[in-house]
Amino acid sequence: METSYGRLRRLARLAPAVGLLLLLGCAENYPQTTLNPRGDFARMVDHLFRTTVWWAAVVFVLVEGALVIAIFKFRGRQNDPEPRQTHGNTTLEIVWTIIPSLILVAIAIPTVETIFKTSDYARGGVVESGVVGHLWWWEFRYPKLGVVTANEMHVPVGRTVNLRMTTGDVLHSFWVPQFAAKRDVFPGKHNPLWFKAEVTGTFPGQCAEFCGEQHARMGFNVISETPEQFAAWAAGQRIGSPMVNGGRVEADTTLPADPAARAAKLAADSVEKAGQALFLAGGCIGCHAMAGTPTAGVTLMKGPNLTHIAGRSTRVAGMLVNTPENIRKWLSNPDSVKKGTLMVLPRRLTDPEIATLVAYLRSHR
Amino acid sequence: MAASVLDHAPAAHAPAKTGVWSWITTVDHKRIGILYGATAFVFFLLGGLEALIMRVQLMKPDNTLVSAETFNSLFTMHGTTMIFLGVMPLSAMFFNYFIPLQIGARDVAFPRLNAFSYWVFLLGGLFINASFLINAAPNAGWFGYANLTENTYSPGLNTDFWVLGLQILGIASMAAAINFFVTIVNLRAPGMKMLRMPMFVWMSFITQTLLLLAFPVITVALVFLMMDRHFGTHFFIPAGGGDPVLWQHLFWIFGHPEVYILILPSFGIVSEVLPVFSRKPLFGYTAMVFSGAFIAFLGFGVWSHHMFSTGMGPFADSFFALSTMLIAVPTGVKIFNWLGTLWGGSLQLRTPLYFAIGMVAQFIVGGLSGVMHAVPPADLQQTDTYFVVAHFHYVLFGGAIFGLTAGAYYWFPKMSGRMLNETLGKLHFWMMFLGFNITFFPMHFLGLNGMPRRVYTYPAGLNSEFWNRVETYGALLLGASFLVFLWNLWATLRKPANAPADPWRGATLEWLIPSPPQEFNFGEVPPVNSSTPAWDLRRARGGPLPEPGHVSGAGIHLPRPSYWPAVTAIGVLGVIGSILLTHAVPHSYAITLTGTAILFYGVYRWAFEPAF
Amino acid sequence: MSQAAAIAHPPHDVPEHPTATGIDSRKVAIWALIGSECLFFASLISTYLVYKGKSLIGPLPHAESQCVLHGKLQTCEGVFEIPLVTAGTAVLLFSSFFVVLALYGAQKGNRKMLIGWLTGTVLSGMFFVGMQVYEFTHFYHKGMGYGTNLFSSTFFTLTGFHGSHVTVGVIWLATLLVLAIRGKLPPGKSLNLELAALYWHFVDVVWIVIFPTVYLLR
Repeated sequence: METSYGRLRRLARLAPAVGLLLLLGCAENYPQTTLNPRGDFARMVDHLFRTTVWWAAVVFVLVEGALVIAIFKFRGRQNDPEPRQTHGNTTLEIVWTIIPSLILVAIAIPTVETIFKTSDYARGGVVESGVVGHLWWWEFRYPKLGVVTANEMHVPVGRTVNLRMTTGDVLHSFWVPQFAAKRDVFPGKHNPLWFKAEVTGTFPGQCAEFCGEQHARMGFNVISETPEQFAAWAAGQRIGSPMVNGGRVEADTTLPADPAARAAKLAADSVEKAGQALFLAGGCIGCHAMAGTPTAGVTLMKGPNLTHIAGRSTRVAGMLVNTPENIRKWLSNPDSVKKGTLMVLPRRLTDPEIATLVAYLRSHR
Repeated sequence: MAASVLDHAPAAHAPAKTGVWSWITTVDHKRIGILYGATAFVFFLLGGLEALIMRVQLMKPDNTLVSAETFNSLFTMHGTTMIFLGVMPLSAMFFNYFIPLQIGARDVAFPRLNAFSYWVFLLGGLFINASFLINAAPNAGWFGYANLTENTYSPGLNTDFWVLGLQILGIASMAAAINFFVTIVNLRAPGMKMLRMPMFVWMSFITQTLLLLAFPVITVALVFLMMDRHFGTHFFIPAGGGDPVLWQHLFWIFGHPEVYILILPSFGIVSEVLPVFSRKPLFGYTAMVFSGAFIAFLGFGVWSHHMFSTGMGPFADSFFALSTMLIAVPTGVKIFNWLGTLWGGSLQLRTPLYFAIGMVAQFIVGGLSGVMHAVPPADLQQTDTYFVVAHFHYVLFGGAIFGLTAGAYYWFPKMSGRMLNETLGKLHFWMMFLGFNITFFPMHFLGLNGMPRRVYTYPAGLNSEFWNRVETYGALLLGASFLVFLWNLWATLRKPANAPADPWRGATLEWLIPSPPQEFNFGEVPPVNSSTPAWDLRRARGGPLPEPGHVSGAGIHLPRPSYWPAVTAIGVLGVIGSILLTHAVPHSYAITLTGTAILFYGVYRWAFEPAF
Repeated sequence: MSQAAAIAHPPHDVPEHPTATGIDSRKVAIWALIGSECLFFASLISTYLVYKGKSLIGPLPHAESQCVLHGKLQTCEGVFEIPLVTAGTAVLLFSSFFVVLALYGAQKGNRKMLIGWLTGTVLSGMFFVGMQVYEFTHFYHKGMGYGTNLFSSTFFTLTGFHGSHVTVGVIWLATLLVLAIRGKLPPGKSLNLELAALYWHFVDVVWIVIFPTVYLLR
């Protein structure tokens, strides 16, 4: 006989399937989802997760189902006779201690395996990368490639990237869900993390350890690209990098013969000169390293290295798209864009000054 | 009439019974319980308001309802308030009112110490919230991770308020823990062996033990932090050789037992309500006692599961993963025994049962997401996201708050002599149940889809808007459910106090005395031969017991009311609170000295005042 | 209600109720407090051990090191003076013995024994605290401030809290001594001394852990 609770039981069985469907089906639309692993580390983690979800769903259906059944089946009235006064059942106690323990053992074994696989640095044929958390932006370095950059981490698809991570101030947590799980960063120590991107594309990440006022605005992007694109990017980033020749770049003083090119070069030189002057006078070198200025060779400054700023697709830790208008907005009043930012200008910049700086920064690809 | 073991020679005296002064000097556990409950409920509503503001801020991406700093203070104070000023003192309301009644005692072991605990709690709660008045509310999260909380990165008074406020509240908790520990060990009625105590008393006993062992650790951590901030040390400052991860270890060695402190009393309440409303005994009483004790014991061995993303290394990660999974076993045992209690019973579908079942159903969800967190590599995608926010709200709200609400409906007639309206109670339940699940279930999705926690806003491109908006509507429904409860309270308190002693057919001793009880609780304590003494009497009689009348209290000694506990509490506030001012106000040591003097004088007069 | 039928009655301390364990509630309370305090000191001692050997600069407990004295970096010796502390330790240990004898005197109504040995306990406690004050001052003059390095911070916090617990004990025992001298500590009230003695023994046991861990372990 199909009682009301029988129907309920069938419905209850559907619930986890529906739930999982909801989760999985929508994953495509969520750029920062953990449910669509694109890297080997994330894939391992995801497999473990789905194992636990499966077991949880089974337990949920059985236990909640029993609860719902009990509510309906044993509904009583005020004057009903006293039910049988059972005190317990030792066999049941043993059974419902052993069965959950076995389920947990089934989860524990792959768990420990995965822990050991993912704890330490990866070995062999890896791209070495350093990550430094700051208030409130991310710095990325590639010591063997001589690259220092911020906000965007380029990686070659199909090769394992080793991250050696620390922070310059408080605790942060590096998290790019589609490639890897997260790991916190501590001052004075280095934490390991590695992943291998399996597809190309741009993947957002965010800081995942509360670090003060603008913790919510401490994003970054991981750009996974072909090995050729990656090599080209790294080569470009090396020019003026503080890790290469102290950031010194031989100035190209030759003038091309072609008049149009000559004019362009003269114009570019004047932009560079004016920009540099303002970069110094406006106090930017207090926090930013920039090729062609005295801070060219300095690492670990409060603000990101701006030598190749124009090549980045976003600014301000992923908050703003890198357009001239946004640079202008940021430079005219950083605090109004990201309240509490440590970028405190010594004085307000005039509009012409901002225009000069915008041109200067945009020329630094 | 057999003489009660609690009788003494000649009579009691007649102190003031009404008016503010009678409340300030009261040492009666029932009154102190009501003070705790009323105060805690107000703080709970405040914490709820803080949550609602956050939810409205998060309704839209890039929203500007509140600033980042305000939001950070809101989530810090919401967590701190709900834990220390909400759930813990709400549990304390029940400890105070019902532990003595359930064990057949006249009061707790140290009635003045009991009053002291309340006053320190009140002053501590006011102190930490006073920070809002000077725009210096704590803002580094309820677990205040170093080195963000160091002076360099948190220069204002915010963190000082937090540190000192928690120290003050810790004193209240410690004093109460000693009190209830001794009360349960020593003041049980004859015949009430440990394994005949009501489950609420058992879970409370285990909770007090946890309090005694866990709070000292956070006290030490907070001392270290304060020393770092103002006295030149480097306990958590790397530049001086310190390690911020030490803070996390110390904090969570306290913090994990703390969550069992938060949930065990509610477990106890559910274990009271389910048998009464199923009309059969608790299934597996002994298993329930030992699983509770085992959970508490194991609870000291799982703390680093809050630290899986810190890179502790594979051996530490594995150990804590396994210990955390292990703790799921006794927890499961409890849930199955509750099921066993309901199964085969005659379920009386009244409001207390609704909330108790709601607690069990929701705790199962929270427990399952907890097992997911126990897997370190998977936890790396879940920790510090909305997934863990969902988890702990399912266990703390869906579990602890629902359990406490069940207790409120169950015991309200005993405390006030009035029955709460059943229809409004069920309306409250459905609104709270729906509101709660609509608010918190989608957080699992948000977390898995990449939304970190403690963010004052989120960008539009991550597709988080839909669920955030749904959650805000849920939160508003949840808030509204408390308005129903308040309405019920108000309407009920206006009715005459004529509720019967035993409206629910209860099993334990408190149902054998009038509602509300007389000041001395029992004229004479009935015999206790099992864990269900009231049912035994009913069975022996073959039917309902006669309504207990008021008995003469002649010959019963009651502890004297006293204001020294309140004075001493003021001294505590003066000493600890004044440390706040050390760097802000010149010559503030004068306040510290005054506070110390008040403290010493209060203790001295208290010690030499006769207890009766 | 009973109060309506109340007869005015002078305030008093009642004799002990029979308790479920047969032990006075105040004694159980002291044991609960002691259990809690064990965790308190365990946290402090653990932190000391975790940071042992991790100081970035001197002075150090046993070994020579570089430290800053009068604004200049120079070589400093290890700061501990073991003989002094060992003397203080011995005195503290003996004081536990003295309080046992004082308690025996209290329980037997032997006024001389009670007052004599209790005085000895109080003086021993004061000697110990005095030794620590001297030690701390000495360290300060050797360039060891509270925040100087991890050793100084953990050492001063741990031993400072222990010392303050000893001080509380001394005040408590001294108060009881005054009461005893005034004849207000008869055998019927000897529990008051027993409670203080329990606390005192605990404070001693903590020192028995601290002394080898901090002073002797290298």
